[in-house]
This record gives sequence, C-alpha cells and structure tokens, in this order.
Amino acid sequence: MDSSPIDSSSSSSTLSSPTSSPHSAAHDNQSRTLTLSQLEQCKVEERVFEIYRIFSDAPAHTQTLMVELWRDKHIEFLTRGFNQLGPSYHVLDANRPWLCYWILHSRALLSESIDTELENNTIDFLSRCKDKNGGYGGGPGQLPHLATTYAAVNTLVTLGSDAALLSINREELHSFLLRMKDSCGAFRMHTAGEIDVRACYTAISVASILNILDLELVTGLGDYILRCQTYEGGIAGEPGSEAHGGYTFCGLATMILINEVDKLDLSSLIDWVAFRQGVECGFQGRTNKLVDGCYSFWQGGSLCIIQRLLSIAHHQIKSSPISLKHLSVDGNADSASFTGCKPDRSPYQIHDFDGEEAGKRSAIGLEFIKITNEGPLFHSIALQQYILLCSQVLEGGFRDKPGKQRDHYHSCYCLSGLSVCQYSFSKTADSPPLPNAVLGLYSNLLEPIHPLYNVVLEKYYKVQALL
Amino acid sequence: MSSEEDDEWVPFSRRSEWSDVKPVPQDDGPHPVVPIAYADDFRETMDYFRAVYFSDERSRRALDLTSEAIAMNPGNYTIWHFRRLVLESLHADLNDELKFINSVASKNSKNYQIWHHKRWLAEKLGPEAAEKELEFTKNILSIDAKNYHAWSHRQWVLEALGGWENELDYCNELLEDDIYNNSAWNQRYFVITRSPLLGGLQAMRESEVSYTVGAILSNPENESPWRYLRGLHKDDPDLLAHNKQVSGVCLQVLSAKHDVVFALSLLLDLLRHGFQPSLEFCGVVDALRSVSPELSSDPASLAGSICSILETVDPLRSNYWAWRRSHLP
Repeated sequence: MDSSPIDSSSSSSTLSSPTSSPHSAAHDNQSRTLTLSQLEQCKVEERVFEIYRIFSDAPAHTQTLMVELWRDKHIEFLTRGFNQLGPSYHVLDANRPWLCYWILHSRALLSESIDTELENNTIDFLSRCKDKNGGYGGGPGQLPHLATTYAAVNTLVTLGSDAALLSINREELHSFLLRMKDSCGAFRMHTAGEIDVRACYTAISVASILNILDLELVTGLGDYILRCQTYEGGIAGEPGSEAHGGYTFCGLATMILINEVDKLDLSSLIDWVAFRQGVECGFQGRTNKLVDGCYSFWQGGSLCIIQRLLSIAHHQIKSSPISLKHLSVDGNADSASFTGCKPDRSPYQIHDFDGEEAGKRSAIGLEFIKITNEGPLFHSIALQQYILLCSQVLEGGFRDKPGKQRDHYHSCYCLSGLSVCQYSFSKTADSPPLPNAVLGLYSNLLEPIHPLYNVVLEKYYKVQALL
Repeated sequence: MSSEEDDEWVPFSRRSEWSDVKPVPQDDGPHPVVPIAYADDFRETMDYFRAVYFSDERSRRALDLTSEAIAMNPGNYTIWHFRRLVLESLHADLNDELKFINSVASKNSKNYQIWHHKRWLAEKLGPEAAEKELEFTKNILSIDAKNYHAWSHRQWVLEALGGWENELDYCNELLEDDIYNNSAWNQRYFVITRSPLLGGLQAMRESEVSYTVGAILSNPENESPWRYLRGLHKDDPDLLAHNKQVSGVCLQVLSAKHDVVFALSLLLDLLRHGFQPSLEFCGVVDALRSVSPELSSDPASLAGSICSILETVDPLRSNYWAWRRSHLP
C-alpha cells in the first residue's frame, strides 16, 4: 500500500480509466446547461484540483511541507480560542461546552496536554453549566441540553483526571437522560425540544461511556433508528428525511452501543457511505452534495466502525466452528462470545444480556476496540490527502473546503477523521500504524480514538478503569 | 419601549420600564474557559434575560426581551424555550408569532431552534396552517433546494397537517430544475410511499421505475436515480432482479462504455438477487475488462469479474470492491 498522494487533478486522471469516475457530475457528456448541483460541484472541483496540481508539480521538499501536519500552528489556534474568543462568537454562546470539546479533543489528538490550572478552570466552568437536576447546558444558567451534555462529558473524559471524572454526578445525569426520553423510543434534545437521531446518539454515548446505560433508556430506540434508515442506505435525522453523514454516524454508533445494529440493513448502509467519497478525495454528507472536511469523521468514522464490526462478527464466527445449534441457550453473559443459538440471531449481535446491568451494556464499548480488523472500506490515503491539502489552514486550524473559513468544529472533526485514517490499517484500535498508512512524515501521526465516542482511546480506558 | 431598529440601541439600564429589574450577570466563575468577549449590548440583554428567566416572569415585556435576545443569538435554545412558555401564559396571538418566526427563519434558515419553534407553532395552529407552512418551506427551498431543515419541516407538515395534493408535482418541478437534487428524489420516495392520496409503493412502482430509468438515461453519471431505483424495490429485492426495465437500463449504460460504475454496481446487486444475465450482458461486461478476456463468461464468475473491473474503474473504492468480492456467495 503506497502512501504517496493521489493525483486526481483532472477527470481523466491516473485514478480512473477512460470512463469518468462517479461524482464528476460536472462533466456532462451532453452539451446542455449544467444544473445547479453540477455547477456547484464544478466550482469545488476546480479549486481542489488546482491544489492537487500545485502539489504534484511541486518539488519534493515543498510536497513534504504541504502534507505536513502543522502541529504548532494548530495548537496555537486552539489554545488561543480556549483562552479567549472574540465578540463574534456570541453566536456560539449556547454552545460553549462544544467549544471546550472541539478544542481539547483536538489538542489531545495532537498529544498536547493541558496544565492543571486550565484543567481546574475547565472543570469549574463545566460545573457551572450543570443544571441542578442533572445535565449540562450551553453555558452557565442555560437549560440542560443533550448535545452540550455530550460535549461536556467528552471534555471531562478528555481531561482525564480523577477530579474531572468524579465531577460528574452520574445519578443526576441518568435522571436527566431519562427525562429526555420520549415515548416514541427516541430522545428530545432538551425539555420539549426536538427529537432526532443526534439526540439519541448524544444520550446513549454519554450513558454508555459512564456506565449508566440501562433498559429504560434503550427501550424502543432501535426501532426508531431503524425507521430513520432511508432507501439510500444511509440514516436520516428523522424518519423520512434524507440520508445524511452526521446522522448516519449517530444512528450507527447508537445501534452498536445498544446492541441492535443487526436490525439495520448494513450492506446498503456500507454501500451508501462508501459512495460518499468523491473525486476530491474527501467525503460529502449527502448524495450529490459537496465535499466537506468534517465528513472525514462522520463518514470515514462510520466506515471505521463498520470495519471493526465486521471483524468482530468474522472473529466470532471463526472462533465457533461447531454448529450453532450446539451452543448453550443462555450463553456467557460476561464475555463477548457469540452465542447465536436463537435462530433469529444475526452475526452482528455481540452480546447476550440476560440482565439489565448497565455495566454489561457499557462493556460493548470496551469489547469493540479489542478485536482485530480488516482493511479500511474507504480510500484512507486519499482522504488524508484531502484533509491535509484542502482542509488544513496555514495559519492553524481546519476548514470545510478551500474558500471557507477555519473553525474549531472543523478542526476537531478533520483531526478526528485524520486519526481514523491513520489507524485504519491497524490490527487493533491503538496499535501503531506502519509508516505507509500515514500520509506524509510519520510525525503526522495523531493519537488513536475510540470511534464510537470520539475521545482519545487512552482517555476512554481511563474512564473505564475509574468508573 | 424596546427598540427594534439597531440604529440606536438603548441600554436596558436606561429603559424606565425595566427599572424595577435587577440584571443577573452570567455565573462564569473567576476563570472561565472559552470566554467570549461579549459586546456591551449582548451582555446587558442577556443579563436582563437571565433576570426574567430565573424569576419566571411571563409578561409582555419578557416576550419582547426574548425577541431582542433571539435577534442577537438565535441559537440560544433556552431563550426559545422560555419564549414558548411566555406565549402560552399570555395566550398570545399565534398568527402574530407566525409573522415573527417566519421573519427570523428567513434570515437564519439553517438553525435548529427556529425550525423547532415553527413546528411547535404550526402544531398549535392546526391543519389550517398547512398551506402557509408548505408555502414558506417552498420559498426557503427556492433559495436553497437542499435545505435539510426545510425538507424535514415540510415532511412533518404533510404528515401532521396534510396538503399532499401537489407534492409529487412539486418533486417533478424540482427535478426538472435539477435532476441531481437528491433531496427532491428523497421527497419523491416520501410521497409515493406515504401519501394517502396515492396507492403506496407497490401501486406506484411501475410508473416510478419508468420515470427513474428516463432520468438515468439522460444522466447516467447521476447517482440519485440509481439509488432511487434500488429503493423502489426495498421491500422485494428479487423483483429488482426480474424487472426488465431495470436490467435493460443497466445493459444500455454498460454498452455505452462510459459512466459505468453505477451500472456495474447495480448489476452486482441484480446478480445477488437471482438475475440471470444473458450472453449479451456477459459480453458487454467482458468488453469493459482492461485485461485480456481469458476469464470465462460464465454467469457464476460474472460477479467476481464485475468486482475486479470496479476495482480498476472506481479506484477510490478499490478496498470496498475488494471486500465485496471477498463476500460473494
């Protein structure tokens, strides 16, 4: 596997044969006016291919510089934001735990630690975002909200100290999650708030990582998410809406965490996500829409999750050569072994929970990252190329695409996506990649993440050990 | 009087009607992280909002205050939530609220809170609101035909309040404008499967297949109709394999020898569900092979050949096609 960048600077590129590749929707064979979708796509391709052209024409030492991860610049950008944000950020005044998470998770991916004082300030700030009845709001005094709760918890996990983790009141948090549960099986973002797959993921991710996931939280949830899988194969925000990368990640991760992923039509899901990677080398969020760096994680991460899932199924089937009929009925609830004696059991069902113990449900997270895996289902090097050459910003931080402004959200998800790529060939989730898995110098290597929660893996282990 | 124009913002501290209220500063703590350098007007507006929110004052002036605060940060869901409580307590005129929210939504069409507020309001207004809501989303979609929130709202309106009569026509219009608009294809699927005025998927399938095949033939590199075609047979994939129109369009596109990835991918699915390829089919696939065709045209190995071809003509997905090949029955 060659780690040199891909040259896709023209539609009849070295990547494709004389037939034009999909997503070159702009290169219409008929001489008609292009539709708006085609026009927009054309404009983006022009900018992206220009960058790739410059890259491939550049001398070797310039190329190395171009695909270098500019760590110092990113850390500078991130740290500055963490310490002070300008007045224009008032539009994110209800999203401050998100800002904490985007920045601290990005730093953690870059192996940058945080000093004790800043850490304590973060713990203090997040406690002020806590509602007295549980849950975290977007800022002090705000209504508790599932997304900001997810961000706050992930931030505390990323800080990783005992103080950070113990600052979480799990009982209160559990009662908040339960209050957000709706009778349809899904979750509301906040009191009387909107219901969607994102709310489901944020609730379940938090419950799982903190070992407070119970039957009450998962009842009816799998069926709701199943209704959100569309005819295209991807998952939508609500039943009937369009398949979308962000919601696909949320839906898939949730189904795995609640052990109902076998309900989904996985082959059509895989097919849909795989086809979201386009000629620009990055991922789009929806069919016929534009590439965006953040989907490096939402889509790339989904395929990474699936990759591991397939390995688990494969591993379990391989390790049980005897006929399924002979396996015991109750199975072994403590292990991750496949007990599939029930005829309607699919290979993807990982555990057999007879009890409702939260710990066992949360054990899925731990088992998930232990198993060997197959290779990536997407083009890892191409995606790294998009992230480093098109999303990375010279002054620090990452952006959606050339022409857009950098921001902390994109910095977080481009880096998370980059990490996913780098470890996509690794046998276990944290074993160091071979040099040819990493585009550019090996010093570009980031920390590995737990793809279901999107926290640095080391931090995940810490939580599990403590709680 | 709270000012709606921003040429001269009057601080709350100088507004006589607010003189009885003590503003509540944000409890940021001594050393907040991710601190925002709020402008004075923002800070003060939020200080007064916190005052009425914590004291749960459900008054007219509180309502006006939420309007001001929302204008500054429409993403603050706490303010929206409180606004709804105030509206209910005041038994406010919901049609006035509709004017307000539509004006805000037009300027912030990608904001979750705004669309949620519209949904809440429309639910209260009932079926009479359907036409206006459909009109409103149509306007938003005329600016951005793929606005996710607008589409979700439109779907919710149709299911909760009705108005299905012209929806398929609307999809046709949008697809005529832009056959690549996947949101319109998605809406099409929504209509044919859920409209109480149509017969459901099975009844609509044949005409939809014809429509879709037409779309494919005019733009074979457009992914949307290919996925839609599969979607039309979600409930019965074997039917997909036996549909002459489906295999026909596949053959046609493959014979033209360009933009073949979707056709090959579909063919793979057809084979998986029992499609029996003719010799002509095998020949057309053979012709796409870049290596010399010493591989047989035996249908059983056709799937394997297709995966190999795809690894070459769709190299971005070479790992995916290799995986598909390894999982062939």
